[in-house]
Amino acid sequence: MKEKPFMAPPPVERDLRLDLFRGIALWLIFLDHIPSNVVSWITIRNYGFSDATEIFVFISGYTAAFVYGRAMTVNGFIVAAARVLKRAWQIYVAHVFLFTIYLAEIAYVSHSFDNPLYSEEMGVMHFLNNPDVTVIQALLLKFKPVNMDVLPLYIVLLLWFAPILWLLLRSPSLGLIVSASIYAMSWTFGWNIAAWPKGVWVFNPFAWQLLFVFGAWCALGGGQRIARWVSSPVTVALAAVYLMFSFSIVITWYFPPLAAYVPKFVGEAIYPISKTNLDVLRLMHFFSLAVVTIWLIPKDWPALKLPVFKPAILCGQHSLGIFCLGVFLSFAGHFVFTEVSNRVFMQVVVSASGIAIMAAAAALISWYRRIERQGTGSGPRPPAIKPGFAGDDA
Amino acid sequence: MTGRFWKALAVAGLALPVLAWPGSAFAEHPAECYVAGDQTDVDFPLRLVARAIAGKQLNILVLGAGSSSLPGPNGVKKAYPARLQQALAAKLPGVAVKVATDVKSRRTAADMVKSLVPSLAAAKPALLIWQTATVDAMQAVDPDRFGQALDKGINLARSAGADVVFVNPQYSPRTESMIALGTYVENLRWVALQQEVPVFDRFNLMKTWADLGTFDLYSATKKLDMAERVHDCIGRLLAALVLDAAKLPTGPHNEPRHEPQAEGSR
Repeated sequence: MKEKPFMAPPPVERDLRLDLFRGIALWLIFLDHIPSNVVSWITIRNYGFSDATEIFVFISGYTAAFVYGRAMTVNGFIVAAARVLKRAWQIYVAHVFLFTIYLAEIAYVSHSFDNPLYSEEMGVMHFLNNPDVTVIQALLLKFKPVNMDVLPLYIVLLLWFAPILWLLLRSPSLGLIVSASIYAMSWTFGWNIAAWPKGVWVFNPFAWQLLFVFGAWCALGGGQRIARWVSSPVTVALAAVYLMFSFSIVITWYFPPLAAYVPKFVGEAIYPISKTNLDVLRLMHFFSLAVVTIWLIPKDWPALKLPVFKPAILCGQHSLGIFCLGVFLSFAGHFVFTEVSNRVFMQVVVSASGIAIMAAAAALISWYRRIERQGTGSGPRPPAIKPGFAGDDA
Repeated sequence: MTGRFWKALAVAGLALPVLAWPGSAFAEHPAECYVAGDQTDVDFPLRLVARAIAGKQLNILVLGAGSSSLPGPNGVKKAYPARLQQALAAKLPGVAVKVATDVKSRRTAADMVKSLVPSLAAAKPALLIWQTATVDAMQAVDPDRFGQALDKGINLARSAGADVVFVNPQYSPRTESMIALGTYVENLRWVALQQEVPVFDRFNLMKTWADLGTFDLYSATKKLDMAERVHDCIGRLLAALVLDAAKLPTGPHNEPRHEPQAEGSR
């Protein structure tokens, strides 16, 4: 394929929209992870096929290419690949930390609760009886408790990111084609990674890598290449129509009698909509959301610098830490519902305080970064690997 | 975000007048079971049940896992299959109602399908009430396989001359953060929609009970009395659903007869 390789993007100002929407996605994931939370009605999964996970994965791919693509062009493959693997290791450690917290919660609940109405459901805690197997399966990323599927996906995506990034830097189109082929083959041949004790990974890495690689492709110049097409009125109109269609289907999930008005052939064509395998309907919904968002909010929209967006932007810039905190807070929030109160007022309080804690933590991490950088007192590092440029949070 | 907020408000606004409709068939239930905007949404007719009632002999098979039973010496008598039989018998004087069970805990939908053929042969039901999805969610069975097992079970029941009603999982607030029911509840509903099977929406029913304070489902009690009352209510509401669906006109398309629920099932 004869094609002029894209250069890594010029060192322009970071696109704040990415941080903003990744931060918002982290908040939405937190809200969705608290079961029976009335506030989760505001999250996007109730209004269309895709949810915050798509936003998070796409933007993570984008920023990963932004940071490591530059490292690869300047410092070469080995250095960039080593940094990617270090990042994967950090995420693994974070995942194991979260698993420990989950164990603590489950162990507590299993000792304090024995209602005969729920003897079947209590069986979910039986794995505590044989930690010899369970803990090892968890360390192998095969046993993944509820809502702890995103980080293992992220780890696998990073493990094969260096070669795909190398390819994207040389031939962006070929890289994207390879990624799309893997996606198509995972659907054709049913590829996924086995989970323990049964089943498969909730987020199939062979399918979800497409969104991650597409994000990377956009960051490495693909975004500019399709910019005119994305902002054309026809595309925006089509995207809006698709969002309306998606909304009209999703509303029948919450008001089942409305399902009678969905023509049978439509139902047969669209169901089941697989989240595990990143259904095409979900992918299209995410693209439509992106198109409309880009149309609504230009990159240089002055309001992005307003203080009101600062908390979300900070959260987006420190996504790993804030994601983990969000998972912990959703455990804690459910614990409050169980042990204190689950009144609507309490649900709102828990949701709002969770977001406030995430924002405060992000501000704290930023502050640490600043003082640590000052503390080293060294001269300016080469700009290419200066971590602060992209928050080092790929 | 504000746009979404207004959308949410609009959705809530649409729901309110609908919720205000009086519940029709359930007025005779004791207050503790009654739920405005009841959760048993019947869209599809049970033709074979109607025929069985006309023939004065109604056999039902309950196929289920642990949440279709109760522990203890009186467990069988107090669990919802037995309560269902009693409620139906009371409402169908002159009809011999018999509810058989094939209930064992920790069974996935695929596990249950394995024992379905002999159970159908033994019970000769006009109706299969199939409670499932909880164990599949606990074991994180591949959602596609789960859907395939449901399809297979429906086909087996129909070829044995039985209608099918699904019963979806219990609402279990303490274990909610540990069992990801969402995908399985949704897949079950999609299969039901495609195959025209009514769903007894136990999840949202119990959630509404919890919200209204009808039952304290968070309770850490080890005693059976609340569990027994819950099963009694489920049995009676299930009976009402069966009778309602048996009375549905059996045209090709039925307008929805029941009002929607307030909560999403996730």
